[in-house]
Amino acid sequence: MRILEVADLQKYFPVYGGVFLRPKGWIHAVDGVSLAVNKGETLGLVGESGCGKTTLGRCVSGLYDATAGNVLYKGEDISAMGRTALKKFRLRLQMIFQDPFESLNSRQMVGQILAEKYHIHKKAHPGMDEEIADTLETVGLEKEDMTKYPHEFSGGQRQRIGIARAVSLNPELIVCDEPVSALDVSVQSKILNLLLKLQEKMDLTYIFISHDLSVVKHISDRIAVMYLGKIVETADAETLYNNSRHPYTEALISAIPNPDPECTKKRIILSGELPSAENPPSGCRFHTRCMYAEDICSSTEPPLSLRHGPSGHFTACHLF
Amino acid sequence: MKRAPVLKVEDLAVSFSTDAGTVRAVDRVGFELESGSTLGVVGESGCGKSVAALSIMRLLPVPTAVIESGRILFKGDDLLSCTPEEMARVRGGKIAMIFQEPMTALNPVHKIGSQINEVYALHLPSMTRDRMRKKAAGMLDMVGIADPYKVLGLYPHHLSGGMRQRVMIAMALAAEPDILIADEPTTALDVTVQAQILERIRELQQEYHMSVILITHDLGVIAENCDSAMVMYAGRVAEEARVDMLFKNPSHPYTKGLLASIPSLAGKRKSELTTIRGTVPSLKNLPHGCRFSNRCPHTMEQCVNKAPMQRFVAENHTAACYLVPGSERQNADT
Repeated sequence: MRILEVADLQKYFPVYGGVFLRPKGWIHAVDGVSLAVNKGETLGLVGESGCGKTTLGRCVSGLYDATAGNVLYKGEDISAMGRTALKKFRLRLQMIFQDPFESLNSRQMVGQILAEKYHIHKKAHPGMDEEIADTLETVGLEKEDMTKYPHEFSGGQRQRIGIARAVSLNPELIVCDEPVSALDVSVQSKILNLLLKLQEKMDLTYIFISHDLSVVKHISDRIAVMYLGKIVETADAETLYNNSRHPYTEALISAIPNPDPECTKKRIILSGELPSAENPPSGCRFHTRCMYAEDICSSTEPPLSLRHGPSGHFTACHLF
Repeated sequence: MKRAPVLKVEDLAVSFSTDAGTVRAVDRVGFELESGSTLGVVGESGCGKSVAALSIMRLLPVPTAVIESGRILFKGDDLLSCTPEEMARVRGGKIAMIFQEPMTALNPVHKIGSQINEVYALHLPSMTRDRMRKKAAGMLDMVGIADPYKVLGLYPHHLSGGMRQRVMIAMALAAEPDILIADEPTTALDVTVQAQILERIRELQQEYHMSVILITHDLGVIAENCDSAMVMYAGRVAEEARVDMLFKNPSHPYTKGLLASIPSLAGKRKSELTTIRGTVPSLKNLPHGCRFSNRCPHTMEQCVNKAPMQRFVAENHTAACYLVPGSERQNADT
């Protein structure tokens, strides 16, 4: 069952300049993205900084209003929702943020942070504290932690508090925006295990945003690779890693440092830097750095089209 | 045949005085850097890897940080007994360092050109301005910056993170140092840019016969770029080995745990990752004996009583663990 559908979504941010700070251009952060998320699956979104993955995540959760296009939650357009419907939607869709040091209110105790959600959604009841304590235990913290402040915890523990806040009151879909990037490897593996355990237990659907391909591969069922505001390739996780078609995906995979000194893999070093999203290249946006680029690549934009098989492997490339 | 070490650190201990008393961030750390080779230093936040690097450069904050003991021998001279003037000649001239934050490591109010020229003015004062400009542009060209003369006239905020890190490398290499210390040089960068930068460092190392100390938390970076590696945990060296041995035969339980907890591309999806129980102890409250003893799956009685010395697993491979049979390393006691 599809629980979320994104149709041709665009999000532009104005760039101000000049003496009167008038808009002088637009950053094309997300530029025509379509995707669907099925119930119970994990959709991984990968790409380098500035590719629009976080903006996409925020548009999906209703934190940003899209410039054009729609986000449909169970068939209902979230931009057309009234206040009550939107509030209900926000209870079903939650977010986990990257920075565990900035996403928690430092003046509130953990119990208060978690109780706020109950008050906002008018779900406060006398047995609430026990429910909060249970949630804390599910994420690996203790009941006593309710009366502590965020600064008393380590980075990994704070991320657990963020997860507890997201999973309380039974959400359906969680947008995880780089949840493990700020953590050390040994802590990272614990948080990934926790997310997998919660998904199984609570039947959650994840949109998992990260720049770390090995992490995304580990946790996702399907992966979408983004470059400069567009999806360049999407496939199920195994296919994407073993049989990637788009040259950018190929370069991205080859750039991951492999913790095995004997591994002799083909290394593709991309030349140049990410072009500006204010003035994206014509045609295929990757053609300025692509080693296979031909004439057609700089003139016509390749559509995201189905490659082969029923597994749903889509690539936006003229050549592959 | 072992090449002569260009840098030798012996029994280094550094402590910081804090409100809660003195904490020892680096404890009896010793290693050798062979000429022309790359040594990787790996560990999690707070394990002392950056402090060890800063003490080689004598850049630790004074008087908060105190080097309690040890020697840092650079071509036979102890850097710890150098005068500030002598040290200023070594720093940047003989040993150069690049830092993690390309966003903050450059001076925002000076042009790239004048920041690179500063290196020449300090270390090669006889150079003419015109020659400096040519050399600086040559350096930028070498680190892979297109249109170097234009970049010389730009300010750091005009450049992207990857470009700034290239400028940092150009500055570090300007005086052709013997040793380059790279403290998490690519952590703030994207993977494709990271691959470019690391490739460039490797090429330049060949060209200048430099020795490199590469500090990182990414075991993948170690595997692909280093000849030997040192794993640090809570201020001490847990294991030291040639890179192939370290990954083929990790002998310290911490190294094993660290390697097992990385999700691998070839691994099974959605399987449970191996974890190390507990958390990294605070330096203010370290466990007695072996510092890993409260998280180790094999803790024995002797681990809690007395910290193990470095023991030989094989030639060029030592681990500080009682599980390793064999003799203790001679020079690592105290």
